[in-house]
Formats: sequence, C-alpha cells, structure tokens
Amino acid sequence: MIRVQAEDFDPGLEMEKMAEGNHAIGGMCSFVGLVRDMDPSTGEDKAVKSMTLEHYPGMTEKQLEKIETLANERWDLDGTLIIHRYGKLNPGERIVLVVTASRHRQAAFDSCNFLMDWLKTKAPFWKLEETPDGGQWVDARESDNTATDKWGES
Amino acid sequence: MKVLYFAWLRSKTGVAEELLTPPESVGTVQELIDWLIERGAGYADAFADLSLVRVAVNQEYVDFSHPVKVGDEVAMFPPVTGG
Repeated sequence: MIRVQAEDFDPGLEMEKMAEGNHAIGGMCSFVGLVRDMDPSTGEDKAVKSMTLEHYPGMTEKQLEKIETLANERWDLDGTLIIHRYGKLNPGERIVLVVTASRHRQAAFDSCNFLMDWLKTKAPFWKLEETPDGGQWVDARESDNTATDKWGES
Repeated sequence: MKVLYFAWLRSKTGVAEELLTPPESVGTVQELIDWLIERGAGYADAFADLSLVRVAVNQEYVDFSHPVKVGDEVAMFPPVTGG
C-alpha cells in the first residue's frame, strides 16, 4: 500500500495494522526517514530551520506503486507499505516510512532497503531547505544513484 | 500540451504549469526544450544545463529523444531528492 500525505504517521501503529490477522508473517522491517538540521553544503548542524517537500501529484503515486510492485515481484512478501509526506516539515519530523513484512527476515530486510534506494532516485519529490542563507534546493546525490543501480533493475 | 515545471525549474521559468501549442516542427522532448528556450531568458536559464533536467511524459520517465504530441503532459524537473 502506498500513501502520499501532508499529515504525520505513527510507525508503530502502521506496523501493528499490517501484521494484524496475518500470522504467516515472521518478521517486519521498517525504515523511518527524518528531517535533519545539517546544512548539506557546510555540514554544519542546527542550520536547517525547516524543509518543504514538493512533489508531482499523480506521478508520485504512479512511481511508488511501480517500485512497490517491483519489490513484490522480486521477494516473497506478506505486506509492503510506503508513506511519504509532503509540505513544510521541521527538523526531527518524520518524512517517510517504508515497512516490509515477510515469512523470513532476509526478504524483509532486503526489500526494505530496495524500496528506499528506489524511492530516493525515482519518486518525484524535491526538498527545499530553509537555512540562514535562504531557501536552498537540495542537490541529488550520486551515491543514491549508485545505491539504486546495485539492484540491477532499471 | 500541458507542460509542468517543478522545484528550481519552476522558480526559473516563473510558471508551475502552462498549456502550450508548439509548432508542428516540435516532435521530441529536445525540440520542445529548444522551442521553450526561445520563449525567454527564464527558460534559457532553466534549461542551461540539461544534465540537471529530468523529463516525464504522461508521468513516465523518458529521455530527450522521446516523442511529444498534442494532449501530452510533459513535466520538467531536477533530479529527485525524496526519501
């Protein structure tokens, strides 16, 4: 399941809901992405006052559904969830949640990693950070492309 | 044709989306960009370095040689930074 929303989410509650009634699940893996306050250009902490996440409504959902399908084709999973927020967020706030559930832990770990790597380079979101020097669009990182490429699909 | 701009491409073009009717000679994404650049300095600035521009036609990633036609939704944006 995918959700693109402005509102916060409760990772524990989301995981409980996924596991509820499905006793085939042997393990779940989750990743929560948070807004950090480090200035990406200077590396200085406490520099980012807020972050605004812009997205492309329609294409975002389409791309997230696509990567969720890819993960389910590649691993034998009993549940997948991607929640991604948009709008203005403050340091410490949750941005993204990925949860995968499987009979065995390895599929849950690997598919969670896969989903995050893919989301980073394919989901149409852009971060604008509010710093003392004004608003700065966050640059994409080459290391994120490398991380996605290692999964071998394109 | 609906053309959308996101993030700093929107800041540079000064418009989030617009309905355009390019001449018939515009048949690909690259030709559309070349035509847009002629529209003004903001567009020329936005498309100055195409290594920083990603394109989607009808919400699917495409390359610059991909065809564009009447009725398409074409989106131009920088490399994504979600997650």
